[in-house]
This record gives sequence, structure tokens and C-alpha cells, in this order.
Amino acid sequence: MATEAVALVEGEEPGGLVFHPFDQFEIKPLFGEIGDPVSWYTISNATFWMAMAALCVIGLLVIGTRGRAVIPSRVQSAAELVYGFVYKMVEDVTGKEGLKYFPWIMTLFLFILFSNYLGLLPLAFTPTSHIAVTAVLALGVFITVTVIGFVKNGMAFLGLFWMKEAPLFLRPVIAIIEVISYFVRPVSHSIRLAGNLVAGHAMIKVFAGFAAIAALSPLSVVAITAIYGLEVLVAGIQAYVFTILTCIYLKDALHPSH
Amino acid sequence: MATETITAEEALAVHGAEAAGPGMPQLDVSSFPNQIFWLLVTLGVIYFVLSRFALPRIGAVLAERAGTITNDIAAAEELRHRAREAETAYDKALADARAEANRIVAETKAQIQADLDAEIEKADAQIAAKTAESQAAIDEIRESAARNVSEVARDVAREIVAAFGADADAAKVDAAVDAKLGERA
Repeated sequence: MATEAVALVEGEEPGGLVFHPFDQFEIKPLFGEIGDPVSWYTISNATFWMAMAALCVIGLLVIGTRGRAVIPSRVQSAAELVYGFVYKMVEDVTGKEGLKYFPWIMTLFLFILFSNYLGLLPLAFTPTSHIAVTAVLALGVFITVTVIGFVKNGMAFLGLFWMKEAPLFLRPVIAIIEVISYFVRPVSHSIRLAGNLVAGHAMIKVFAGFAAIAALSPLSVVAITAIYGLEVLVAGIQAYVFTILTCIYLKDALHPSH
Repeated sequence: MATETITAEEALAVHGAEAAGPGMPQLDVSSFPNQIFWLLVTLGVIYFVLSRFALPRIGAVLAERAGTITNDIAAAEELRHRAREAETAYDKALADARAEANRIVAETKAQIQADLDAEIEKADAQIAAKTAESQAAIDEIRESAARNVSEVARDVAREIVAAFGADADAAKVDAAVDAKLGERA
């Protein structure tokens, strides 16, 4: 995290404000020296926090439900709540035939949710603040949904771009717009998630940098608290938004007619 | 993570290196393979655990709970039905008992009435018999009294006639007295 570095730098250059809002997003090897090369297999801070997210998922959904109780414990109740929430979302948006893909959507939702919330811990790293991660997630959704669309509907899937309700002379124009919007989906899908998290986390660091000025520090603390509260909301909402958009794209693939 | 241990120079060096490269770590392409690899591993692990263990288990628990609730509601419905039946039977038994009691009361009343009537009749008959007997006794007394009167009158008349010194014929005197009594009777 950048705050310690800021404090150290402050010691070197008294009076100057130094901001390091992006230090927190650096990928570093978990073991070894700073500046060591990060190859694809290196266990990095990203690896560690992704593993933490996976452990939290297992803790909530597997260890939390080991009692299999008809009258649930608190953790089991929470696990059932998450299950019911995502299950209902998939069923409501995509219909019964979408339930086949429920484990996949549940995986996305839980990974993003826990990454976002674990990233709010002080000194933590947020995997979902990296475009590399969100782009893989969004591209995975995009490719999967497109494949499902063609496998389920064949060429009829292209009907998604051909508005039958529109006047005939407008249909080609609308089709072009629809195709462009279809290919923009993974971009907006991934940048929305990463962008929201980066903005919030960076803002907290910027406010933390202002704490170097004694007169501003109380205000800085208040601002950090307020932004943190907002980030708690954003972490949950962005996980929800990513998931429900996935459901909507899946619905388009299963029922391409508008 | 490990920033506590680094010195100010290192922090500056890192900052400098970062400033030289792309501004945001997000755009540092050299870190992409690492993130993508570990992301796929993580997603694979989560997907495996969810689809193999967690989701079937939670689904089974929810289904079992729904089944239990349905069964319990059915059982409650059954019990309520039975309770209503029992209540109906109780009401019926109560009504029967009340009717039976009324019947017994009416029967007993009729019995008592009949006994009473019989007794009254008997008593009336006895009273009538006693009355008739008494009437007979009174009639006899009256008759004997009337006879005594005529006897006393004859004797007195005879004695009076004798006292007057007339040697009256007893039969004549008697006839005269009877005639006199007969006039009065």
C-alpha cells in the first residue's frame, strides 16, 4: 500500500505532498525481492488474493454448509441466501434453460464479490481492479455466450441483430449498430468493473496523501471514511452488475429474437 | 504488502521505475500472463468446488427444507381436519345426551303424573266410600231418632192421659199421637 511509502517520502522531503495512488495496484512477487521479474507462474500478490477469494468461497459455501441442516446455522443461512439470490437472478433473466449455466455464473459472481470485498481490507490487493482480470472474465462471458448462441440457434442467432419490428429500410442500419454494440459489450463489461474499483481505491489514496498536511488531516480522515463507505457499496453493486449483465447476454444467446 | 520493509530510496526507486514505464500498473503488459494464469486457476478451482460440492449440497438442503415444510403443512392440515371431526362428534354426542336427558325427564314426569292420578283417584274413591258410609250411619241415626220420638210421644201421651185420670185406650192414644206426628211430619 502506498501510505507507508508516502510517509517515508514525507520524511525525506518535508513539506511536499506526494501521491502514490497507483502503487497499490502493482503486481509483485509474494516471495523474494521487490523488482524481481513476474513471470506467468510466479506466485504474486494477485495470486495470493485470488486464492483468498477462492478460500472465502469454499469457506462460505462448502465449510459453511457442512451441517446440511434443515434449520440452518448462520453461515449456512448466508450461503443459502447467496445461492438463492444468484439462482433467482439466473432464472428470472434467462428462464429455466439458463439454469444449466448457473454454476458458471455463480463462480463469476462469487469470485468478483470476494475479490472486491477482500480488496477493501487495508494493505490488500484487489485482483478485479486489473483490466487483465476483468477482460478475461468479460471475454470469457462474451465468447461463451456467442458460442452458446450459435450452438443453440444456429444461424438464427443472427436474428439478434435483425430487428423485425423496425421498418425495412431501417433494419440494415440498426443491424450495424447492433453488431457494433454487441462487440463493445466485453469492453464495457470489463472496464466498468475495473474502472469502478480503480477509481475508488485511488481516491482513497489521494485523500490519504492529503493527510500529510496537519490542518487537512481530520478532513482527510472523514473523506477516506466516506469514500470507504461508498466503496463498500460499489464492491457489492459491481459484482451484481457484472453478474446480471452476464445473465442478460446469456438470455440474448438463448432467446435471440427480441 | 511488503512495503513496511522497504526503505525510502527503494520507494523512490520503485516510483521512478513506475514513472518511467506506463503510468498505471493495470497497463503493464508484462504482468498480464501472471494474472491471467492465476485467474484461470482460481476460476477453475471455484467452478470445480461449486459444481461438484457446494451447489448440489445447497440445492439438496433447500429441496429437503421445502419438502419438510410441505409435509409439515400437510400434517397440520390433517390434524386440523381431525380436530374438526372430533369437535363435530363431540357436538353430536352432546346433542344426543341432551335429547336423551329430555326424554328421560319427560318420561319420568309422565310416570309421576300417572302415579299421582291413580293415587288421587283411589283417594277419591275412598273418600266417596267413607262419605256414603257416614251418610248411611247418619240416616240410620235420624230414623232411629224419629222412631224414638214417636215412642216417647206415645208414652208421654199415655202417661198424661193416665194422669188426667181417664182410662184411655192405649191403642186410641197411639193412633192420636201418630196422627199428630204425621201432621207435623
